[in-house]
Amino acid sequence: MIDNGPVERLESVPLAPPSSNNGLLAVFQRRYLLRLLVRREISARYQGSFLGLMWSYINPLSHFLVYWAVIGGILGLHKTVPNFPVHIFAGLIVVHFFTETFGAGTRSIVRNRSIVQKMPLPREMFPVATMLVSLYHVVPQVVIMVVACLLSGWTPDLYGMVCALLGIGVIMLIGTASALIFSVANVFFRDFGNIVNVLQMFVRFGVPMIYPYSIIDERFGRFAQFYTWNPLADAVLLFQRAFWVGTTAGPDDHVPGGYRTVAYTAAHDMPPNLILIGLAMVAVGALFLLLAQLIFTKFENKIPERL
Amino acid sequence: MTRSIQLDNVSKMFTLRYHRTFKEITVAMARGHQISHTFKAVDDVSFTVEQGEAIGLMGLNGSGKSTLLKMISGVMKPDEGTVLTRGRIAGLIATGAGFHPQLTGRDNLVLNAAILGMSEQELSRKFDEIVEFSGLEKKLETQVGYYSSGQSARLGFSVAIHVDSDIFLADEALAVGDKPFKRKCMQKMKEVRDSGRTIFYVSHAAASVKKMCSRVIVLEEGRLGFDGDVEEGIKYLHYDGDELDEEGDELDADEDTGDDV
Repeated sequence: MIDNGPVERLESVPLAPPSSNNGLLAVFQRRYLLRLLVRREISARYQGSFLGLMWSYINPLSHFLVYWAVIGGILGLHKTVPNFPVHIFAGLIVVHFFTETFGAGTRSIVRNRSIVQKMPLPREMFPVATMLVSLYHVVPQVVIMVVACLLSGWTPDLYGMVCALLGIGVIMLIGTASALIFSVANVFFRDFGNIVNVLQMFVRFGVPMIYPYSIIDERFGRFAQFYTWNPLADAVLLFQRAFWVGTTAGPDDHVPGGYRTVAYTAAHDMPPNLILIGLAMVAVGALFLLLAQLIFTKFENKIPERL
Repeated sequence: MTRSIQLDNVSKMFTLRYHRTFKEITVAMARGHQISHTFKAVDDVSFTVEQGEAIGLMGLNGSGKSTLLKMISGVMKPDEGTVLTRGRIAGLIATGAGFHPQLTGRDNLVLNAAILGMSEQELSRKFDEIVEFSGLEKKLETQVGYYSSGQSARLGFSVAIHVDSDIFLADEALAVGDKPFKRKCMQKMKEVRDSGRTIFYVSHAAASVKKMCSRVIVLEEGRLGFDGDVEEGIKYLHYDGDELDEEGDELDADEDTGDDV
């Protein structure tokens, strides 16, 4: 168990600061620890609750039902947007992935304070683990949506799948970056936990989930391009391009000729050059993550004493 | 000789904030009260440790021992000066390690070992040994929140001592353990010391420092008060005269340990 010749071996090791911090890189160098944290988080997030993991579905499902009934039924978007439930659901998966990462990520360091105060480990571990747990919850939701799409005549296409991956990628980057910044901010002032709730409301209404992008396009004309500067809105659009667009073929009175084709929806309800926008937003997300890492590193030193 | 730990003019500042909310801060500022107070928990400390030395870190409560140890372990970074170490570090910072009260003993053990840098293979090889050393076989599936302070210290110590580290830090690790466990730990630490690892041992018990350590460092209000011979260090702290009364129990424990080794 005990090393036989630690002294000889050590001579080749340089003297270094005890926590040589290379931030997010260290997180992925220590995958075993990351895996343990993710697994623990999955079992701990709904600990002590009777329904447990099911809350991860009840939550988006109840949102879905409310939007479907109020926006679709009462405000009448069922009539103008083809296959409106899938439209909402595609948006909801993306939005829920982001809000879960953002919300739980913000609390992650404070919640693990007993470990953070006493054990040396890259503290970026906690927000990253939270993002991965939320990603884990996305999978069954996507399965449900694929089934719903297949039932309404959807055939998967390569372009759409690339869009879906880009959309998820954008949220992973933006979500991790936001969680990093807010997790450290939350250590200093617990107010940030409440700010997150306010921001999440903006997120729900700032993306084309409960209304179609075509409305923005009609109302704002050439200013509609500014709407696509919001990476979260783009992630939703990318996801809808992947799943919802393919389900919209069918007779439709609002369309010239009385029949809507998939190509028509793709041209009419989606911004042009969607893949380019998606790639640009991945780049924006990467930059944002870099910025978040810089901010995190700047304030991280004070975490143990302020917890 | 290989240098194991090197501290150059290390200081750590803490800021005490008397008020946390916006309302309290504005009221205090309007009245001209101080709203925060900055003090040095560790003040301009420099020393070097060679590989294989066993250091007893002593000092009164609040003299900065734990803060110093946190900087050596990497949990905290110094505000001024540099801390350099060589090799892997394991140990306990204050009793109870960094345990998550809602997780079972088993989960905490695994997580703790991973944080201290054990790989999956290393852990599966040592798992039974760790559990056996802690003597907590029956409580392994219980949440750590229901452990007594002694029990969680045992678990923490058992994990930390089994990591293949080059530097072992023990911060009052044995303060809450019972006698048989203390004896076991002292024996294990001696093994570690004799294998050439560096030990940093925080204790108020003069007798066990005498048994374990080859050098004593005393902190006084964050400053280096004494660095040198064990006997002189204990004299410097005036721990030598009254140890028979106050540390009597500790002495007994160590006498026992002495017999066993």
